[in-house]
Amino acid sequence: MKVKIGIGGLVVLLLIAIIGPHVAPYNPSASSTSVLKGPSGAHLFGTTLLGQDVLSQFLVGAGPTLLVGFEAAAVATLLSILIGIPSGYFGGPVGEGMTLISNVFLVLPTLPLLIVVVGYLPGSSYAVLGIVIGLTSWAFGARVIRAQTLSLKSRDWVEAARATGDSWPRILFHDLLPGLMPVISASFLFSVAFSILTETGLEFLGLGNLSQWTWGTMLYWTLNDAAYQIGAWWWYVPPGLAIALIGLFLALVNFGIDERGNARLQRSWGERGLTRRLARRRRRLVGPLEPGSGAPR
Amino acid sequence: MRAVARKIAFYLVTTWAAITVNFAIPRLMPGNAVDGFLGRVGGRLSGRALQALTVTLGTGTHKSLVSQYLSYLNAIAHFRFGTSLTYFPEDVSTVIRQSLPWTLVLVGVSTIIAFLLGTLLGVLAGWRHGRKLDEFLTPFGAFISSMPYFWFGLIVVTVFAIDLGWFPSYGGYAATQTIAFNTAFLSTAFTHAVLPATTIIVTAMGAWLVGMRNMMVNTIGEDYITIARAKGLSEGSVMWRYAARNALLPNVAGFALSLGFVVAGAILTEVVFSYPGIGEVLYQAIANRDYPLMQAVFLIITLAVLAANLIADIAYVWLDPRARQAGRA
Repeated sequence: MKVKIGIGGLVVLLLIAIIGPHVAPYNPSASSTSVLKGPSGAHLFGTTLLGQDVLSQFLVGAGPTLLVGFEAAAVATLLSILIGIPSGYFGGPVGEGMTLISNVFLVLPTLPLLIVVVGYLPGSSYAVLGIVIGLTSWAFGARVIRAQTLSLKSRDWVEAARATGDSWPRILFHDLLPGLMPVISASFLFSVAFSILTETGLEFLGLGNLSQWTWGTMLYWTLNDAAYQIGAWWWYVPPGLAIALIGLFLALVNFGIDERGNARLQRSWGERGLTRRLARRRRRLVGPLEPGSGAPR
Repeated sequence: MRAVARKIAFYLVTTWAAITVNFAIPRLMPGNAVDGFLGRVGGRLSGRALQALTVTLGTGTHKSLVSQYLSYLNAIAHFRFGTSLTYFPEDVSTVIRQSLPWTLVLVGVSTIIAFLLGTLLGVLAGWRHGRKLDEFLTPFGAFISSMPYFWFGLIVVTVFAIDLGWFPSYGGYAATQTIAFNTAFLSTAFTHAVLPATTIIVTAMGAWLVGMRNMMVNTIGEDYITIARAKGLSEGSVMWRYAARNALLPNVAGFALSLGFVVAGAILTEVVFSYPGIGEVLYQAIANRDYPLMQAVFLIITLAVLAANLIADIAYVWLDPRARQAGRA
């Protein structure tokens, strides 16, 4: 159920991104005389301070916004595979060194770093933003992939590959990679949501290319024109809500994958009912056992 | 103790990496941005300020990279970040000294509240997983943690400051007040902090809620929970003293990981509320392409995040006897 809602929602957003520019009722940049109007028949999402149509901006901006998310996530996931697998597989200085590098990147706050980097590249297009975000946000994925590699590397089939003299690139990317796919896809989904949030944050601060419409640049203009101080909610609610929904849908897909993969999650509920009934019956018959005994030692 | 020493060593390395990245960025970037900056400020700066700028950004100098790096380290060690263009003729270090306390209090307090609240709700959702509370709280947590902080801030301003008029919509204290340690000032500082703090607490809470919920669900399947139940202990006792207590450890580890994200969100929240903290300073620095200020703010935020991470890591070692034994990063 959760997975269905998640996938359904994502498909709808993708459709909006693909057909959005073709069905946008107005030119998103064209100003008009109907200024700061709330939602109406002519302008379903209302208008901006310059009389631009918010719905058109939203529809045109959807594609680039999602594209940056996927672009950055692709870069980040590729890097996290290239660094995560070897850092888990190799012991000694190579593995330790790569682990150290990813731990350093893990604790360095990404957004301030990006702000400084992008600050030197004024007016960067959303495509450039995507690459830079990907280059700085791979560490979380690398950590998860490393942990999974550690637990896989002593399995039989990997040992067998090593014993038959497979070269290490073949072991890493042919024997280990398939077993890592669930972790990699989860970290990719997480990365998409994170990248879209980060991109939006950068553009909100005015660090994007303001001549391109994305949900982030839409939000920049609402800040710049103080839409929130004049109560123009129709202007800033749609882009932010859509971004939050992307995160929700991706999380629902992840929950679903988790529940399917984790037998314990499905089983525990039935067992709990049983033990609880037994415990209740026991209490009724003989009273609590060792009342107030402490936590497990 | 060895575990703590290892942590400290790791954070020393990371601090060095952050400082070096800060040195490298302006030198790796296409030169025209920095040259443009020099063109705008050059005439207004005295010789010493110009020299400080050279040390930070590495322009107009023919010294070797090594000697540039050494004089840069020397400047950082003495908190000499050059002159700010935005707050001309203030020193960057003065600007930071004035804004940092606002951020430390606002972000520090609201992060801790968010962590406690998120963990608490996560315990409840995980305990009743699959039930109504969980079916509502967990997707809700995923949703609020996916909201851009600043966007939720915009909504909070519109509703609580503009429509309802309960709290001021921007600033850190009433314009009629001067900064002083008295009740009048502190009370306006408090009312001004309510909305930004609410924004940070609500948005930051979601990730910890979901994380704690998942850990609870895993813990509930453990044998010691079944045994605790079979002993006939009350549900509350099993939930808090057996399940939550053990599920908390990974959530403390997760606290460190999501801290950078929370701080990033808090920076953007300050911008929405024109809060006089370091995030607003950063915003002004970006708007004016004030590179020395940007670099210094980056460094300060990074160092603060690293310090908070170190504290969380030490707390983890203190809470978990196993971490003390293994001593792994």
